[in-house]
Amino acid sequence: MTITALAFYLFALTTVTAGFMVVISRNPVHSVLWLILAFFSSAGLFILLGAEFVAMLLVIVYVGAVAVLFLFVVMMLDVDFSTLRGGMMQYLPMGLLIGVVLLVELGLVFGNWTFAPSAEDARAAVTPALEDAHNTVALGQLIYTQYIYLFQASGLILLVAMIGAIVLTMRHRTDVKRQDVHAQMHRDPAKAMELKDVKPGQGL
Amino acid sequence: MIGLEHYLTTAAFLFVTGIFGIFLNRKNVIVILMSIELMLLAVNINLVAFSSFLGDMVGQVFTLFVLTVAAAEAAIGLAILVCFFRNSGTIAVEDINVMKG
Repeated sequence: MTITALAFYLFALTTVTAGFMVVISRNPVHSVLWLILAFFSSAGLFILLGAEFVAMLLVIVYVGAVAVLFLFVVMMLDVDFSTLRGGMMQYLPMGLLIGVVLLVELGLVFGNWTFAPSAEDARAAVTPALEDAHNTVALGQLIYTQYIYLFQASGLILLVAMIGAIVLTMRHRTDVKRQDVHAQMHRDPAKAMELKDVKPGQGL
Repeated sequence: MIGLEHYLTTAAFLFVTGIFGIFLNRKNVIVILMSIELMLLAVNINLVAFSSFLGDMVGQVFTLFVLTVAAAEAAIGLAILVCFFRNSGTIAVEDINVMKG
């Protein structure tokens, strides 16, 4: 067994096992941690496939942003997660049935298919040889030329998502005191303090 | 030798795990969102595997877009979740019936 095959089986097994643990673990924090492991090991799979840019993107976007977002929300919400676990056994047979049916359907495809003879000619952007351009360079040359509009559109999607998330979660609380910078800057020092002559034993 | 079918099998297992998770955690929205992330990851593995074995870069470009949509979906989903929790004090899916849909 070559080192590539060994690495593949290691990453694939870790990915599938971690994915399964995401689903069945009792504590949502553990679920998020298993999800991070799943993303890391699938990034390893992507590197084995020669797609190192997507692999790094997966680590940065998913582990660095999405998983931390999940972790943040899980820890911020004051929810008794054990009550949400109730009825899990009730849904287990149905879930297993649908899962097995889907797996069998997907399994029917394996071994019974080949690439169409015209598939080689139908390629939209042939991967350049490794001596000509690395994966990141090749991908960059593609998304900044041929797919520039889609690339900009995906940026727009992220912008809309960001604005939406802020609008949804922002709340204006009226019961807290806020700093009024304008009032602070325009206060008159002469009026800010007043001296009073306090008579002894009387007070104000 | 590791071929395309090995990667497709891995992705198929991951996808089915995601669907299984949606059925298993019917009450917990957070785990449902994580299951959706797993399914999108399986799709990404398929895209990159085909891209690599066919020698076509477009698969990886598409993976980029799937990743974008997945990140946006997670952010919006969790924002709605936080908003809902603030209003109702629970995240149980069964209680989300305000719109009577």
